[in-house]
Amino acid sequence: MTESHSEAVAGAWSGGGSPYAMGHKKLGMWLFIVSDVMTFTALLMAYSYSRVANPDWPRHVFPIWPAIAFSTTMTVVLLASSLTMVMAVAAAHRGNRGATVKWLLATMAGGLIFCALHITEWFHLIEEGVRLFRNPWGSPLFGATFFGITGLHMTHVMCGVFYLGVIAFGFGTSRFSDEDVEVSGLYWHFVDLVWMFVFPMVYLMSVKY
Amino acid sequence: MSGHAEAAHAEEHAGSTRLFLIVWISLVVITMGEVYIAYLEFPAVTMLLMLIGLSVLKAGLIVAYFMHMRFEKFGLFLTLVPATIFCIGMMTVIFPDSMRLFHIRMLH
Repeated sequence: MTESHSEAVAGAWSGGGSPYAMGHKKLGMWLFIVSDVMTFTALLMAYSYSRVANPDWPRHVFPIWPAIAFSTTMTVVLLASSLTMVMAVAAAHRGNRGATVKWLLATMAGGLIFCALHITEWFHLIEEGVRLFRNPWGSPLFGATFFGITGLHMTHVMCGVFYLGVIAFGFGTSRFSDEDVEVSGLYWHFVDLVWMFVFPMVYLMSVKY
Repeated sequence: MSGHAEAAHAEEHAGSTRLFLIVWISLVVITMGEVYIAYLEFPAVTMLLMLIGLSVLKAGLIVAYFMHMRFEKFGLFLTLVPATIFCIGMMTVIFPDSMRLFHIRMLH
């Protein structure tokens, strides 16, 4: 083994330079995202388990209006906010602070519209008698799993809106770098990604024909 | 390096606006396809497989392009994705038990 090779190996085992060619914040966010994937997978698995295990599970509860129309609109709004987030990251990499802040504000607006639509959709179900541990259609677990999964997702969206607000302010005032914008973008796209599984598994698998 | 050259360099490594628009339109079209499929009254297992398949495709597009995984070092993908898929697979081990419970409840 040559001396330079030994030094390189020793360097890597002492923490190395940057094995993934990215900063620690970005790698940290990726690791957080993987852990959160496990949380949502466990919840969706529990939902599917309960649905299959209970013969009286309400299987056709969401009519096209308002539930499916609202949830489809929410999906498109969240996808649109991901596109504005991509534009914010691109503007940040170009060093255009004004454009970055505008795209971040547009992304936050998308998140707020998503939450407003979702809360309205929740009230539709509450009016129909769905609660955490009872509903008019069957297994009481339906309400707990539905509100648990969609509620945790909405909490992520609300936290994301706050997070983007902090980043927009910090980047606009030159306190944060473009890497911070990119890291917040990873979080926001992850929130979008989770909804891509919640929407079909919770809503589309239970449409009312 | 001039400003334009820097911007072109950045776009080359992280995708262009046109590419992101194509990905976004694809995601919206797949979503509309999912809603259409939901109204075709397939058996539950067929429906679930089709919807999850399309969702995995959407997740792949989001991770690869919006989250820039395609433009990162391949080592990041190898570190994160196989382990995540393995852990998700391990969670499905409990799933057949729900069918056992369903049959027990149907008998009583």
